[in-house]
Amino acid sequence: MPELGRAALVLCLGLALYALLGGAYAAKTRRRRMARSAQNALLAAFGVSVAAAAILLTALLRHDFSFVYVADHTSLELPTPYKISAFWGGQEGSLLLWLLILTGFSAAAVAFGRRTGADLLSWVVPVLGLVTTFFAFMLVAVSSPFDTQVAPADGAGLNPSLQNPYMMIHPPFLYLGFVGLTIPFAFAMGALLARRSDELWIVATRRWTLFAWTALGIGQLLGAHWAYVEVGWGGYYAWDPVENAALMPWLAATAFLHSVMIQEKRGMLKVWNMLLVILAFCLALFGTFLTRSGVISSIHSFTQSPLGPWFLGFICLVTAGSLALVFSRLTLLRARTRMESLISREASFLYNNLLLVALCLTILWGVVFPILSDAVRGEQITVSAPYYNFFLRIFGLPLLLLMGIGPLVAWRRASLRSLGRSFTWPAALALLVGAVLLAFGAGSSKAGLVAYTFSAFVLGSIGYEFVRGTRARRALAGGSWPGALAELIARNRRRYGGYIVHAAIVLLAIGVAGSSAYDKVHAQKLRPGQTLAVGDYTLKYRSLVQRESANATETRALLDVRRGGDSLGTLASGKNNYRAEQQVSNEVGIRSDYLTGEDLFVIADQINPDGSVVFKVLVKPLVNLIWLAGFIFLAGAIVTLWPSAAEQRRLAARYRELRPLVRA
Amino acid sequence: MTFVALVLGGILAVACVLYVALPFLREPAPSEDRLDEPGALERRALELAEQRDRALGALKELEFDHRTGKISDHDYRELIGPLRRRVAETLRALEPRAESNEDRVRASS
Repeated sequence: MPELGRAALVLCLGLALYALLGGAYAAKTRRRRMARSAQNALLAAFGVSVAAAAILLTALLRHDFSFVYVADHTSLELPTPYKISAFWGGQEGSLLLWLLILTGFSAAAVAFGRRTGADLLSWVVPVLGLVTTFFAFMLVAVSSPFDTQVAPADGAGLNPSLQNPYMMIHPPFLYLGFVGLTIPFAFAMGALLARRSDELWIVATRRWTLFAWTALGIGQLLGAHWAYVEVGWGGYYAWDPVENAALMPWLAATAFLHSVMIQEKRGMLKVWNMLLVILAFCLALFGTFLTRSGVISSIHSFTQSPLGPWFLGFICLVTAGSLALVFSRLTLLRARTRMESLISREASFLYNNLLLVALCLTILWGVVFPILSDAVRGEQITVSAPYYNFFLRIFGLPLLLLMGIGPLVAWRRASLRSLGRSFTWPAALALLVGAVLLAFGAGSSKAGLVAYTFSAFVLGSIGYEFVRGTRARRALAGGSWPGALAELIARNRRRYGGYIVHAAIVLLAIGVAGSSAYDKVHAQKLRPGQTLAVGDYTLKYRSLVQRESANATETRALLDVRRGGDSLGTLASGKNNYRAEQQVSNEVGIRSDYLTGEDLFVIADQINPDGSVVFKVLVKPLVNLIWLAGFIFLAGAIVTLWPSAAEQRRLAARYRELRPLVRA
Repeated sequence: MTFVALVLGGILAVACVLYVALPFLREPAPSEDRLDEPGALERRALELAEQRDRALGALKELEFDHRTGKISDHDYRELIGPLRRRVAETLRALEPRAESNEDRVRASS
């Protein structure tokens, strides 16, 4: 039923336009029924987006090749899970997913926002309406998933690299993050339009921001793991422009999550926070533009499309409009308090913010420079890994150190005597770890050694914080150590959830440093029966086998793996030849040692007709800590996101006593 | 299929229009159609309530940091006074408003 899909999208566009224009009119003229009507339009837009998405999904599952999109991205042989992931495997479908999540989040923001403040919400609705109008217009007029044709006998199939379980969840998580950043942006702009200088918009969007940031972080880790197991080059992050496009808004949102605490606790940095929210949202739009415009060539991007100029225009409009709004409200945003000392928790947050934004803008420059160079001078320039790695070390290592310093420093100001006492144990631990690692030969990479030493300092300071907090809690309320620890976390979920997230980032840093600074690589052509050695491992190429799967011919080279004198079993590495798509993909063999965190990574680079194979073998120490970090990151984010009853009561009391302000 | 799609599309459109028009259909002639908007007094009160919560939070944080040993006794003694004064100031600033609110409630009942 492509006609119904098109009708649903046209309706969505109409509803979004009404939310934009009717909502703005209602907010400006203070019309209650009109404002409510505009809110209903956003809720209804979600309903019709669900209808449009359901129609496309049904067509994908039923092999309805009369839909151009279905024929271009699926085939009769494609397994069912990948028919579902084909929904976001192409340009038009992924745009529809954007719209679906956007309208879903907007509807939820309206439903929850009705409890927070009618005057603020009345201005949030047109902002959400504006963003929804843009995406609905793209789907109606520029890139529709409901174009039809005379149905061919079979479809073209799905890109083989997308036929991986990670593709079922990696893009949706990224979209949850990208689109989720729209909500804090809309509330921030709504607060400015309503001329509100209070923190209601921050309170209303705290969990939205955290959720979007968590989803974006998890989405990137899932993407990294997909690249690791599927793309078959032996790495997990290649500083590809599209990968960077997801990292940049995450860095901006990380900076915002830290600086917003300074606004909440000290009433400072109001302008800076507004700018960070705008930056995070505009970078999310920019990332979407990069993936869809065809201006860059990437494994992750869609092909050339007419979307580019539209996106660029919209990004310029949003950036210029929101910056103009901030500057027109500068008086409103002026802080009445000042930073008391450069040695304080808030100062460390500020330094962390400057480093995060500097790293973010450096990456942005690396992404934009080749595009500008191509457009202005006609020169094809590639900004590659050394540029990014250099700046990652320059900004990332001090950031890592600050993660350890921040928790040890008190708010407002700290004396050198207090600092000395707080720093003693974590610093001693860090120096000890550094010295031991140096003795064991870790000095072969100076950056790696510094990263490990700083990581030990951060873990030490986090552990010390938990110990001191639990001891204080126990001294106050008695009880067991685990009980006091649970009570400590429950009473300040944001702080201790944040520490857990920091621990995850440290594990990530250890994993990245270990797998990139201390890895071993060896390439060799082998015939059956021959062996190769890399690190402590010996690999014997046993034979080549072939089998037919549902949609591909799978060729695998089998290798017997030994370490020292012990047999570690057999590893299979090879290639898949996808019939419908007529494409070949690398299928790597990975043996993980979960005790040491090390991976043995085997790529069958070239399989020759005579049965010989060119193998590329990598030993990647500590790489599994990166994936472990993902779980800890998620756990910390859940602790932070979990509603605190005491916090809810405090905020409810604040707004109850000022009921006229917040009545919906 | 096109006819069915047309009918379903029509039903969807009518449902959307009705839902969007619901606030007007429910209250065709309301006695009051103004959105609540905070006046200068309420804005100031909210600002004060935020300052009060901020000061109370800072006091709590200081007490906890002192108990964990992050703040020395000397620093604690220096910081606690101004913070307590800040809390008292914000509480005092909010008090007259509470009275005037009560007066307003009494007048309206």
